[in-house]
Amino acid sequence: MYTASDLRKGLKVIIDEEPYIVTAFEFSKPGKGQALYRTKLRNMITGLTIDRTYREGDTFEPASLEERAMQFLYKEGGHYHFMDNETFEQIIINEESLGDAKNYLIENLNVEVLLFRDRAIGVELPNFVNLRVIKTETWVRGDTSKADFKPATLESGYVLRVPPFIEEGELITIDTRTGEFSKRVKE
Amino acid sequence: MAKNWPLARRKKALQQRASILQEIRQFFIEKGYLEVETPHRIPTPAPEFHIDAIPSGPWFLHTSPELCMKRLMASGYEKIFQICRCWRERERGSQHLPEFTLLEWYRTGGDYHSLMEECEGLIRFVARAIGLGQKIIFRDREIDLSKPWQEISVKEAFRFYTKISITEALEQNLFDEIMVQEIEPNLGVEIPTFIYDYPAERGALARLKQEDPSVAERFELYIGGLELANGFSELVDSEEQRRRFHLENENRQSSGKSIYSMPDKFLAELDNMPPSAGIALGVDRLAMVFWDAKTIDEVVAFTPEEL
Repeated sequence: MYTASDLRKGLKVIIDEEPYIVTAFEFSKPGKGQALYRTKLRNMITGLTIDRTYREGDTFEPASLEERAMQFLYKEGGHYHFMDNETFEQIIINEESLGDAKNYLIENLNVEVLLFRDRAIGVELPNFVNLRVIKTETWVRGDTSKADFKPATLESGYVLRVPPFIEEGELITIDTRTGEFSKRVKE
Repeated sequence: MAKNWPLARRKKALQQRASILQEIRQFFIEKGYLEVETPHRIPTPAPEFHIDAIPSGPWFLHTSPELCMKRLMASGYEKIFQICRCWRERERGSQHLPEFTLLEWYRTGGDYHSLMEECEGLIRFVARAIGLGQKIIFRDREIDLSKPWQEISVKEAFRFYTKISITEALEQNLFDEIMVQEIEPNLGVEIPTFIYDYPAERGALARLKQEDPSVAERFELYIGGLELANGFSELVDSEEQRRRFHLENENRQSSGKSIYSMPDKFLAELDNMPPSAGIALGVDRLAMVFWDAKTIDEVVAFTPEEL
């Protein structure tokens, strides 16, 4: 059991039977008054953020999440199908629960699926992933009129901004925390 | 080992902090105050519902020098000040450190209103002496120290800034939340502001107002929404003080907190204390205002996490 004074960024707690992660936290205590813990919490299933203020003495049940190694198989409508690497059992996660992770899923990719009370609620990605550019405009050397970045479509369908020297068919590294181009991969 | 850059970068802020401390001393010496030092480690803190002391062996680190300084006042010391470290358990945030520096001063012959005036004089004096002038920038706003400072009662603040009355807020245990979320951000944003006359239960060691005993003669100073000081006309009736300490302890007990033993020596001497007023000012917070710091971490050499 956690108490309000354990609250900090990244702590996972259960509120109304659902797992939440603390995304922002501020301690305040007006003169001679009680300690208040103002938080922003993200629902780990729906992705929605709520503001809550807790007081000294409030308690929380920790949200314990299980991670299981799985492989992404395919997407059908808004449903993403995964297979457990050990049991070969197949599960479905819907698009809303995946959040930004859906931008990086390509067939046969190995990921850690997060389970809350045996229900799959999302996937844990590495901080950096490598994906191939399948579509982008060709850069004309010496053309300075163009911006520093141009759009590129990745094999997962994700569109992001890349430097002008990146060409179709190249493999690039993306920072999954920001969704931004990180570097070109030398093959 | 590489140089500790965060610490090296804080040098200018720490130099200003040192000047602030020197000028505070200068101000009180010029006004005829005696600087005192009382023990940091004491047998029992003043029982207050929301203030928790850190144990030190069978004793405690003081949460403020209040009890010892009042014993000095009760023994004929008429104007005293102290700058010292204080400790409060589990208080850590962008404006809180569990170990912090407090300036506390007491004087006879005067009530909380005369202390507001003196506090105003002190902060103007320090600002000028450290070369800041009378207009300072804090939290993206220009704050004019030279204009007369604003005074607003807690009752008025509730009327201006919230939809709920004080009575309702107290009944629903929302008083602190409303103070923090709706009132504090409006206080002292153009000129420093004193908010005064707190509900009686929010001033365990303060005198009640004669004309209206539902409030205590207590005030807080805010600059740019940041709480800097807490002062009051002192309660000098030992029987009443003992009753209030018991009440605070009952509240502590019913919320599962440890209770503190009665500070008997303080209570035995309290009746000798002449009518006085006293105030505590957070020195780290004052350094934050003058440095335009976003967090308290910027104005101390080390935070607990850096040790």
